[in-house]
Amino acid sequence: MNNIIKMAARNLRRYKRRTLLTSILITLGVVAVLLFISVSGSFKSLMVGQITDSMMGHLQVHRKGYMASMDSLPLNRNLQGKQLGKVKEILDNNDAVEAYSMRIKLGAMFSNFSETTNIRLTAINPEQEMKTAPMLQDRFLQGEKEGLMDKGEILIPELIAKGMKVKIGDSIVLVATNQDGSVNGQSFVVRGILEGISGPGGRDGYIHLADAKTLLRIEGKEVSEIAIRLKDMGDLEEVYTALKTKLSTFKNKKDKPVFEVHTWEKLSPFSKIASMIDLMTLFIKVMLVAIVLVSIMNVMVMSVYERINEIGTIAAIGTKPGKIMALFLTEGLLLGVFGTLIGVILSLIGIMGMNMSGISFDFGRQKGLMLSPTIAGSDVLIVAAIVIAIAVLGSLQPAWKAAKMDPITALRHV
Amino acid sequence: MSIIAAKQLTKHYIAGDITVEAIRGVDFTIEPASFVSFVGPSGSGKTTLLNMIGCLDPPTGGSLEVAGQDITSLNTNESAVFRGDNIGFIFQDFNLIPVLTVFENIEYPLIMVQNWPADKRKKQVEKMLEAVEMQDQGHKYPSQISGGQKQRVAVARALVTNAKLVLADEPTANLDRKTATRIIDLMKHMRDEFSTTFIFSTHDPRVVENAEIIFTLEDGKLLTQSTNQGGDHE
Repeated sequence: MNNIIKMAARNLRRYKRRTLLTSILITLGVVAVLLFISVSGSFKSLMVGQITDSMMGHLQVHRKGYMASMDSLPLNRNLQGKQLGKVKEILDNNDAVEAYSMRIKLGAMFSNFSETTNIRLTAINPEQEMKTAPMLQDRFLQGEKEGLMDKGEILIPELIAKGMKVKIGDSIVLVATNQDGSVNGQSFVVRGILEGISGPGGRDGYIHLADAKTLLRIEGKEVSEIAIRLKDMGDLEEVYTALKTKLSTFKNKKDKPVFEVHTWEKLSPFSKIASMIDLMTLFIKVMLVAIVLVSIMNVMVMSVYERINEIGTIAAIGTKPGKIMALFLTEGLLLGVFGTLIGVILSLIGIMGMNMSGISFDFGRQKGLMLSPTIAGSDVLIVAAIVIAIAVLGSLQPAWKAAKMDPITALRHV
Repeated sequence: MSIIAAKQLTKHYIAGDITVEAIRGVDFTIEPASFVSFVGPSGSGKTTLLNMIGCLDPPTGGSLEVAGQDITSLNTNESAVFRGDNIGFIFQDFNLIPVLTVFENIEYPLIMVQNWPADKRKKQVEKMLEAVEMQDQGHKYPSQISGGQKQRVAVARALVTNAKLVLADEPTANLDRKTATRIIDLMKHMRDEFSTTFIFSTHDPRVVENAEIIFTLEDGKLLTQSTNQGGDHE
């Protein structure tokens, strides 16, 4: 085998310019794919991380029908005491669950004593929320982020702060309608101003759960949603299925399910963008395959055509057809390996360079998001394996033709 | 025992609607260590006969034994193995592999065909380089040596596997007179040293006058078989 590799390498060196051009083509393809995977992957994980870690959690449990009418933030579809107990019990017994946060979602009027506007609010228990959405604190543009908030304090989104000209420490009033239709008001002190992020709930304000209960005159245990954080996001599907199965056993008096469970993907429109990124990655991989296939086939067909007489000679002196085929396949393989190797090295240098220079971008209203491109070893291996396999595949037909060549005809070829 | 025995050997080609009878019922035997030449005008069937003996082209009919093996029924792979083990080839255009040095060209059949161990291979190639007086040229590429030297390398490559039989199709056609004479001398010397049978197809009278047995072909038939003492040619 070593001798075949040696021969193949020499044959490639014989046509230096052609070998170099083909390798450059393969290298460019590999670089394009790996850089795309790293940048798009980084963008995807940044956005997913923001959505799940600063706002949504990995999973959410609601009362059945809540999601369908979520836009109106219905208080009459909140989870009640016994229901909450059942969900808590299931979550406490699931080792994959790291934390969960009970929330009340509500709409209110926000007044700075001179102007009034609408605000969507998420009422939270700060301790639970910090464990479930640890990056929420990172969204603080102004204010003391330690401990998130105390009772009587409010975190408001940047847009409302600007629009209503409200600063840290200012007093504001929230007016909300409770489940019975009666209106209640409560004053709050602005504790923090939050950066808005893309996705549902990304521009909500936050108040303490106890304050929401007071404002809405809720007496018992009652929440709109339970956001769940997993120890490993890779377990998402598994935990979702287990949770869904367990919760589906709870029925109401009409024998309908009481709970509904959703993954972040179902709740956030960004999951569609993530799917599009995956689709584009697939498309660019297909393009790479086409580039490699066409360039290798072209080179190998030319190589066989130019060496017909030589093929006749080595066949005449007793080289078996299998060895002739192996020789040409090895040439394709070496081209693939060489191009891929250089491509991987350049890609890694490129990724390192991008991280050193720091690439920032704007997404929606979010400005200056920093990308930190990385590439998984498995991605590098998969791309390398695809390219090398296609290089061999592209050499198959020319190699087969060379192996099956009649020595007499080949020797007569001029 | 003869190294080659042909009985009623025929070869037909089909070219469109026409059947060309290249060899028409030829009988002959060749003894080991002979220096044999097939002569005849173009189209007489010399090369076809050489190709059949060399297991490159299967006969249409009759029987053909080479080195004790009936070669009429060998498949492609078996033919390749048989050629690699028993037959060396010398071509009119030398047919050296341009990416390999002289040493590596001679070494090629030992690596790619017979799989000799490295140390034994090196000794054998050095022995052949010395035999063809090319011991100082081993590092050169075919493009760096003359036509005569290329044919010397081809002779060494043909003999390096200890082939029982060397087939040479017009081996001196592309060489000047002096070089051609030296190549013929070399081949004769190699025959004497290694007891290898040399069979040529040729138009070259210098090769013919050095051949010990001369088969004359015309229109695919063997006209005469003559022997000659192969005297000096200069």
